[in-house]
Amino acid sequence: MKNIKKMNKTTKSNLLTYLMVIAIYAVVQILVATGNVSSLLQGLLVPLCAYIILAVSLNLTVGILGELSLGHAGFMCVGAFTSAFFSKCMVDVIPSSGIRFFLALLIGAATAGICGILIGIPVLRLKGDYLAIVTLAFGEIIKNIANILFIGKDSNGLHFSTKDSISLGLEEGGKVIINGPQGITGTPKDSTFTIGVLLILLTLFIVLNLIHSRSGRAIMAIRDNRIAAESVGINITKYKLMAFAISAALAGVAGVMYSHNLATLTATSKNFGYNMSIMILVFVVLGGIGNIRGSIIAAIVLTLLPELLRGLQDYRMLIYAIVMIVMMLFNWAPKAIEMREKLAAKLKAGRKKNTKEAA
Amino acid sequence: MEGYLMVAFCFCTCYNIFQKGKECENYMSFISYLINGISLGSVYAIIALGYTMVYGIAKMLNFAHGDVIMIGAYVVLTVITGAGLPPAAAVLIGIVFCTVLGILIETIAYRPLLNASSSLAVLITAIGVSYLLQNLALLIFGANTKSFTSVVKVPSLVLAGGKLTISGETIVTILSCVVIMTGMQLFIKKTKAGQAMRAVSEDKGAAQLMGVNVNGTIALTFAIGSALAAIAGVLLCSAYPTLTPYTGSMPGIKAFVAAVFGGIGSIPGAMIGGILLGVIEIFGKAYISSQMADAIVFAVLIVVLIVKPTGLLGKNIQEKV
Repeated sequence: MKNIKKMNKTTKSNLLTYLMVIAIYAVVQILVATGNVSSLLQGLLVPLCAYIILAVSLNLTVGILGELSLGHAGFMCVGAFTSAFFSKCMVDVIPSSGIRFFLALLIGAATAGICGILIGIPVLRLKGDYLAIVTLAFGEIIKNIANILFIGKDSNGLHFSTKDSISLGLEEGGKVIINGPQGITGTPKDSTFTIGVLLILLTLFIVLNLIHSRSGRAIMAIRDNRIAAESVGINITKYKLMAFAISAALAGVAGVMYSHNLATLTATSKNFGYNMSIMILVFVVLGGIGNIRGSIIAAIVLTLLPELLRGLQDYRMLIYAIVMIVMMLFNWAPKAIEMREKLAAKLKAGRKKNTKEAA
Repeated sequence: MEGYLMVAFCFCTCYNIFQKGKECENYMSFISYLINGISLGSVYAIIALGYTMVYGIAKMLNFAHGDVIMIGAYVVLTVITGAGLPPAAAVLIGIVFCTVLGILIETIAYRPLLNASSSLAVLITAIGVSYLLQNLALLIFGANTKSFTSVVKVPSLVLAGGKLTISGETIVTILSCVVIMTGMQLFIKKTKAGQAMRAVSEDKGAAQLMGVNVNGTIALTFAIGSALAAIAGVLLCSAYPTLTPYTGSMPGIKAFVAAVFGGIGSIPGAMIGGILLGVIEIFGKAYISSQMADAIVFAVLIVVLIVKPTGLLGKNIQEKV
């Protein structure tokens, strides 16, 4: 007990976040074991883990770095496709699913991170909202590329094509791995809920430690005042790039999770398109920009709520849009902040009065 | 500077045409691609104008601009098919509707956040508005693709003994782009309201001290931008007659690329950027790969951001502390 009191505020807060994830995991495991979770909800558990990782990683970009990424689903797509491709190629070579999945994770994270760096280099040195538009474009392009890419494998090695699977010119016995719009079928189902929770904890560990490190403070200084940060000698592009690349790599990890849970991986506008990027942004906005724990809670609530309230399905996107606008107006409009402060002051005064009267 | 660029561009195109002219078959298809490109580019230019004006004055990226285009097209289509009004009246109603919509969006969603501590706030709100418009259209009009009946009743122009046909839509689009650009340039430079816009875009606080109604000017900018979006929507859907709730988003983003290309905040820049981008897109589709045309357009954006982030005609503004 003494130790907990001695800890500083951030350590306590971080610990609370980890404990929350573990507690949720325990509750879900108990519910599953006692048979209280429908198969539909059980199918949602692994995607939910992916969404949580995405929300936390996007919060790193939006809340800590102060830039907007609208292509997070694109990075997820990169991670998903490269890792699924790897796993499918290596399914005979590496029989152990643990090692294979671990390597797939590394590959997915690395390629998504590299994409993040490639996009970040021209864009992050500029002032203004260019990152939003470029990442949006990137997301759409990646989706398009995934839909026209054909890769096959036979004894001669790999064959590429952008036309169709016949023009790959495979030998007999060769197999098509990425089949254009049909995507990748038969990825080994390596990701489970437990692995997902472990990856969430890992993501939290990376993000929370980054935020409270020297680099994290530099990143936040850039967010709060770019000119002041520059004048104390912070290398703006470097730190921005660092945060963005980590965020992209974590999105890639989410993609690996996501792809190793599906029998057929295709790139549609539903899973890797603009809508997905917006959905993750809604998680971040509802959970509180810059608040990591909030993102996790928002992701859980907004994923499970529509499944439980089936009637709202048609209005889901509409509600997302309204949530986004209202939250932003409520949280950021100077007038709303003023009003909230007044209200809080009034409540405080009222409470003091009550306690005095009681005494 | 602008003139030189235009001349240089024309020279390059003429040279290309001359080179290509050696093979006659390709020559005609080349010319027709070029004209198609300019026509598409004119639509981009009109949309980019709305982006560029709002960005110049409110310093915000109005993500919902592309969706106002889509709403405008739906309104015009509904008025024509539902009420049976003549196309000219329908277009007018569409323009009025979008103008009101633009002002509403500005007052409800953007104005409270204009002085927010983080510029991210208004950007995310704009995305929310864009998403809201898309999903409202999805609920009201359905996800099915609607075919848009062209409102242009100008006959096609047949040139070179039937080898080259320029459709009426193309002619009207290019002409309206030129008229709108000239009109806007005159409006900004010569009228009192235009002067107020320039003042607000330069320094909001100082403009207010000089007695300029800043909020009114910003609302006027949104109104003009949205009216232009309605026109762009009609022109776009007349040339490419399919309409879905997502029709506006891609042209909207590309128009932003055009605005950055030409130099954000500059009206002639929006025109040059839009037309160049349209030509690049159509040529990319024709000569490189139809699936990668979008990627080529965005590659242009990346190249511009690396080489000259202020765009072709943008001013380099020094940062002051």
